[in-house]
Amino acid sequence: MSIIAEHATLLLAMACLFGFFMAWGVGANDVANAMGTSVGSKALTVKQAIIIAIIFEFAGAFLAGGEVTATIRKGIIDPSLLADTPELLVYGMLASLLAAGIWLLVATHFGWPVSTTHSIVGAIVGFAAVGISMEAVAWGKVGTIAASWVVSPLLAGTIGFFTFMSVQRLVLDTKNPFESAQRYVPMYIFIVAFLISMVTMVKGLKHITAFKALNLNFFHDAMISVGIATLVTLIGISMLRKIKMVPSENKDFHFTSVEKLFGVLMMFTACAMAFAHGSNDVANAVGPLAAVASIVSSGGEIGAKSAMPMWVLLLGGGGIVAGLVMYGHKVIATIGTNITELTPSRGFAATLAAAATVVLASGTGLPISTTHTLVGAVLGVGIARGIGALNLRVIGTIFMSWIVTLPAGAGLAILFFFLFKGIFS
Amino acid sequence: MVANSPFSRMFGRSPIGPIQEHISKAHECAEQLLPFIDAAMAGDWEEAKRLQKALSALEEEADRLKKNVRLSLPKSLFLPVPRNDLLDIVTVQDKVANRAKDIAGLMLGRQMMVPAPLQGAFRRYLERSIETSAQAVKAIHELDELLETGFRGREVSVVEAMIEELDKIEGDTDDLQVALRRALFKMEQDLPPVDVMFLYRVIDWVGDLADRASRVGSRLQLLLAR
Repeated sequence: MSIIAEHATLLLAMACLFGFFMAWGVGANDVANAMGTSVGSKALTVKQAIIIAIIFEFAGAFLAGGEVTATIRKGIIDPSLLADTPELLVYGMLASLLAAGIWLLVATHFGWPVSTTHSIVGAIVGFAAVGISMEAVAWGKVGTIAASWVVSPLLAGTIGFFTFMSVQRLVLDTKNPFESAQRYVPMYIFIVAFLISMVTMVKGLKHITAFKALNLNFFHDAMISVGIATLVTLIGISMLRKIKMVPSENKDFHFTSVEKLFGVLMMFTACAMAFAHGSNDVANAVGPLAAVASIVSSGGEIGAKSAMPMWVLLLGGGGIVAGLVMYGHKVIATIGTNITELTPSRGFAATLAAAATVVLASGTGLPISTTHTLVGAVLGVGIARGIGALNLRVIGTIFMSWIVTLPAGAGLAILFFFLFKGIFS
Repeated sequence: MVANSPFSRMFGRSPIGPIQEHISKAHECAEQLLPFIDAAMAGDWEEAKRLQKALSALEEEADRLKKNVRLSLPKSLFLPVPRNDLLDIVTVQDKVANRAKDIAGLMLGRQMMVPAPLQGAFRRYLERSIETSAQAVKAIHELDELLETGFRGREVSVVEAMIEELDKIEGDTDDLQVALRRALFKMEQDLPPVDVMFLYRVIDWVGDLADRASRVGSRLQLLLAR
């Protein structure tokens, strides 16, 4: 306990630094996967994608990131075992942040597909199991998290499959697809907006005291969400109105005008995806920081009940924005130009499915991998015979990274854990 | 930072564009036959030789495109339609180009003259045969629309109507062939027998061209049948 009191400022500063570093890495790299589909399908320019990403990633992290942060902070490790040695938890969390951040940076450099979620969870489990004891890990919770990594791509794939099937049924396979799109695209916009606002109302705003005072029940939440979604849909309709059928552009490919309508929809799903990503992945980055902050501020007490400081989420949001501004545009541009196979009607189905899955998982506090969920969603659209060609070998590599990232994150975290332990004690 | 994201590499190049490119090239070969026959029937063998060379070059180009399609379809690719069906389509398409080249090659090599009374009918027959190939191109160019609708529903009926039309045109060429053979039969004793023999063969091959083009349609139909 004396160690924490002695080095309180230093430990907190390190946690902030490492947390910011990791959030920066998430912004620089991971965001591109969320926004790349929109840029690739020409629904958004790179600049627009960056602006949307900044706003919605930040909003997602700040408004809906609380649950996942809580899971990372106190769900994986059984805190009761560490009551006497809180400094070990601080070292561990610092080590996990640094390990995950570095692993992310290395993997990004070599172009390996890695998941923020997997690296941070692997790191925390690693240091706890090896550095402290096998019993320190809440294996039940870890099992749930690991199961969600399998379930989430499957769920996203299923949603993607049925979303795309509904697009075919309602829009593409009709006598006048353009008119059908004008009619049904607002419905999809409504669903997206409702989903996001509902999760935010029910799960996200809990930690904002001003909202707690309002004392809203589930019914109120639903009504407000419907209101917000209606408003968003009206905006969407006015944007759709501006798009006119141009017969000449449909000469070679009959669906060119229709795809433009889906481009509008894609813009909304891109917002949702950025929001979902912010709520899940930023939380991964700041979860350990929140843990350190709560221990240090309470002077060494591992308070499982202490409220999460707001500035932690703000710092995470700031880090992701910094990463986006510095590197994200480059990555989005490269990925965006490569994904030309994903037309707006497919891109929207994939991102809607992924965003829905991530947002729901974030609401329940499960940290899942955004990239893998998106891969699952794209596969779902592919199975609905929507995508020209998918490279199964690459998909295999992506799934392999599930397994590789865990020991890598764990190994680095163990290394840093003993390093910090050696330095401070 | 990231030059080659695995996420974007996940999307293979769709084979549909290259397949369409290939049939367009094969059709160009067939189309080239018309000016070639005109030159041949006019007895302008210099011009005919030049046109045959051009046709040959187009056929080589089609061959190259065919190989391209095949190489871009590795087994690890996940496609909305069976991979073998797509490969079959390309194989059949390529045979149209080959036949066009055969016809021009044979006629130039033997400096074959179509007897004056038959020239009109022969040209009409060839034209119709080339129209079969044009219709096949049209049907294959619906592939991207088919992909858009997931190879089902309304677009499938559009393509099926096109294939029906394709079969009808091919049926026309059969009738024209019968009429042409009958006309040739009536005058064959006045012509050098070897020439007549080869003329029958050319007539046969022109019919073959239409036949192969219509087989592209049958392959496409197989792709849609499920």
